[in-house]
Amino acid sequence: MRQPLLALLAKEPAHGYELKLALEQTFGQAYPSPNIGQVYVTLKRLEQDGLVRSQDVEQTTRPNKRVYELTAAGREALVAWIDEPSDGPRIRDEFFIKLILAPMAGLADRIALMNTQRRHYLSLMRKLTELHADTDPADTPARLLIEGAVLHLQADLDWLERCQEEFV
Amino acid sequence: MSRPAQKGSPWPPARPADSPVLLKASGLVKAYRTDGVEAEALRGVDLELAPGEFVAVMGPSGSGKSTLLHVLGGLEPATRGELWLRGQRVDGLSTAAWALLRRRHIGFVFQFFNLLSNMTVADNVELPALLAGANPRQARKRREELLSELGLADKAGTAPARLSGGEQQRVALARALANEPSLLLADEPTGNLDSSNTRDVLRLLRRTHESGQTILMVTHDARVASLADRVVNLFDGMVADDAKILPMPRGLNGVRDVLELRG
Repeated sequence: MRQPLLALLAKEPAHGYELKLALEQTFGQAYPSPNIGQVYVTLKRLEQDGLVRSQDVEQTTRPNKRVYELTAAGREALVAWIDEPSDGPRIRDEFFIKLILAPMAGLADRIALMNTQRRHYLSLMRKLTELHADTDPADTPARLLIEGAVLHLQADLDWLERCQEEFV
Repeated sequence: MSRPAQKGSPWPPARPADSPVLLKASGLVKAYRTDGVEAEALRGVDLELAPGEFVAVMGPSGSGKSTLLHVLGGLEPATRGELWLRGQRVDGLSTAAWALLRRRHIGFVFQFFNLLSNMTVADNVELPALLAGANPRQARKRREELLSELGLADKAGTAPARLSGGEQQRVALARALANEPSLLLADEPTGNLDSSNTRDVLRLLRRTHESGQTILMVTHDARVASLADRVVNLFDGMVADDAKILPMPRGLNGVRDVLELRG
């Protein structure tokens, strides 16, 4: 949660609860709803690392609130994170290793393994299709997240076909 | 234009009586001879479809998916093996007998729509009913129902070429359903569509299936296949797998869980 908090603070200083709400608003259904304790713990660590600083703001009718803002080092760390390309998704390596090793050990044949895996992917695909249909069309981040998962899954199935061509 | 069906035959044709099997293929072989060399596109396929079932056929290109669909719909004769439709043995039927059978009991949807370009949308959809023996009033009524169900009521007078790919495929679906066929055969129905049009066609296929339509569909698109009750995986002209799609056993209860899916 470190980088999302830094990114929100790059826009404007905020206190913990505002950050929690902003995260929920920005990501819609697509991001695990952060618990407020987690937000405060993360802010405290960021402050220890010199990436944010905070000060108490007095309020007349309520207890003081602690407002956080980004430091120069924080902005630098954020920019470095944004600029760096992110890792691509990895192949489902557990299945890959089963596929290569299982017949060697005489434990299972590859056709059966591939069939089991394909059935599993198709169940997953059905679930994603249902989730997509049930997602509020206005929740763009959630829709894009599901569509991304669907495309990855299609690629996994295409790859399974390649394995089938090679091994059968 | 071709002759209407024999007088007195009811329209729409009756759906099959309650029989556990709508379509049954056993030991289906399709061989092609090119330059004196025989190659088998289908090498002994066994397949059964129950009425109301939705089955997707997947498999790599060249695995025989489209050939299977063509043979099941009588567009190409089987070289060997048996084929039964609605309890009737149909491999061996003449071309003319197949044409009659298809007209009354089988609807086709193809990847490239195959609409008649010199006819309006309405005429494209009415034609199969007229050929199968409906009178013009019945054909028009059925067309109006279908087009409005598929969200195309305002396109009735349009030429197919003026429609988007997604709309053309919906017209093709309406045409395929005009005679309330016992069996809908679809060959890569979303193969030529972008993802939002694919979703539209998916929604319609799902609805059609929910209303009791038996569907056999060849597809490469796992989104489309995942709607089916069963997926048959074809490989090298044979059935490599044939299984129901089961519900997810665990995990993935909401959008947030999707983030955990990677890796």
